[in-house]
Amino acid sequence: MFRKLHEPVETVTIYVEGRPVAAEPGESVAAVLLRQAVVWSRPTPVKGSKRAPYCMIGVCFDCLAQVDGIGSVQTCMTPVEEGMKVERQQRQRCLPS
Amino acid sequence: MSKTDLLIVGAGPAGMTAAITARRYGIDVLVVDDQTSPGGQIWRAVETQAATPRGAILGRAYQEGKATADAFRASGARYEPRTQLWQVEPGFRAFVTHDGKARTIEARAIILATGAQERPTPFPGWTLPGVLTVGAAQVLLKTAGQIPSKPVWVAGCGPLPLLYLVQLLNAGGRIAGYLDTTPAGRHWAALRRLPKALGAGGALLKGLAWKTVLRRRRVPIIRHVIDLEAHGAERLEAISYRTADGQQTTVSADNLFVHEGVVPNIHAALGLGCAVEWRDEQDCYVPVLDQWGETSKAGIFVAGDGAGIAGAKAGQCRGALAAQRLAVKLGYADEQIVIKEAARVQKSLACELALRPFLDAMFRPHSRIFSPSDETVICRCEEVTAGEIRAMARIGSGPNQIKAFTRAGMGPCQGRQCGYTVTRILAEIQNCPAREVGFYRVRPPLKPVTLGELATLDQEEEVL
Repeated sequence: MFRKLHEPVETVTIYVEGRPVAAEPGESVAAVLLRQAVVWSRPTPVKGSKRAPYCMIGVCFDCLAQVDGIGSVQTCMTPVEEGMKVERQQRQRCLPS
Repeated sequence: MSKTDLLIVGAGPAGMTAAITARRYGIDVLVVDDQTSPGGQIWRAVETQAATPRGAILGRAYQEGKATADAFRASGARYEPRTQLWQVEPGFRAFVTHDGKARTIEARAIILATGAQERPTPFPGWTLPGVLTVGAAQVLLKTAGQIPSKPVWVAGCGPLPLLYLVQLLNAGGRIAGYLDTTPAGRHWAALRRLPKALGAGGALLKGLAWKTVLRRRRVPIIRHVIDLEAHGAERLEAISYRTADGQQTTVSADNLFVHEGVVPNIHAALGLGCAVEWRDEQDCYVPVLDQWGETSKAGIFVAGDGAGIAGAKAGQCRGALAAQRLAVKLGYADEQIVIKEAARVQKSLACELALRPFLDAMFRPHSRIFSPSDETVICRCEEVTAGEIRAMARIGSGPNQIKAFTRAGMGPCQGRQCGYTVTRILAEIQNCPAREVGFYRVRPPLKPVTLGELATLDQEEEVL
């Protein structure tokens, strides 16, 4: 788990699995996820093993999440925005029946 | 669609300096970059952080990036952040996405300044949440001002772990220990290359200063570490390692940061069909370039660490040289004048490059990291193990057959994490040098593109 060195002057609120979380403008969604007390992870599509942000520069794709309804968003490349909704991806996606 | 004389991909030290130089000759420049602000990885968030306490924690080499970012902003180059390149057609027509929309850019020449990534080094447990790269931890410090909340284990080889550990101490962070994986004997190998490196003495002194800080602050340093493993059910709980005397140690861990050097980002160059060659001393492929950085494809240049690892200052020199050559090729400057102006840059570049053989020898990773145990996952996306790759390698396939048989390299990262390991395992099993094995064939799109993004291309044509 990570902690911030400073108290942000300005904050926005994003929703991680529906829970409001304070974030600082300019930081990435992945940075916020790594500060959560419960380790952020998503199951992989193949074996369902747990993954969390790993490279932070957009080359490993382990930080993928659903952001504002769009799946497979690279959260390390996505700056936080007020009201953003972040959800865990659940293995393979399937068409609603 | 937009048009430009020169499209530069990447706004790190090389891309920014290429843009600044090209603008000086009056070339029309468009820079696309996938980050939110200029600086590349080394100077991430430098515009907002250089003058803050965080800038002081990161050090002078970081803060110095602000001057280049300012010059870049003032250069008159068009700059499009958060824009990803995913295809280039001959001529050139580049395809990019930004904010969920795809569009095309027509350019007479392209400079790829896409930098480097950390060398993927698979070991058992490296996919567990809680394990990150040292570079990732440093990006978190630069862009979010955050550090691990508990004492952290750092394992690896290279200048970056030393720099990060010093920055972490500056920030008030706590270090459980540094597991130095540099094999024995590297100092002697490097020593032979020292005389040539003395020209760049400043960088050598910096390295020594970091080591002094770590000693003075009593950071536990365990040398010649091998067989690193991360353990845990759903997240990192413990790590284990062995030392040269054969002793195995297991300790609990909250975070583990790993690093075994950096390799050029060559996906774009490979995707464009540029020739590459294997470089033994850096254990990676690099694009084949002339003295100005032009690839085997006329009009496509590579500058910065994407041209071979040499650091930010060398990257700036290479960016300037590529832009100078293009000033001549695109008809903006007289060749004789440019040759004269480039001489000074070439001299600086030679000075930077003189340091490299020493660093490459000093921090060449242990050969064991290229041969992970059978149960180790090597393709993070498709979860293919080294054992599965070895089984396929034994029936005599190349990287592309391995991809088809096992799905290694078919996930969203497109082989950025498993490519080199597959090459090395094939070389090991088939008993031939890595240079003869080759790499995955890289095809567009270079980054994942959604159907929705592709569909916006059609709207673009209608507008025309």
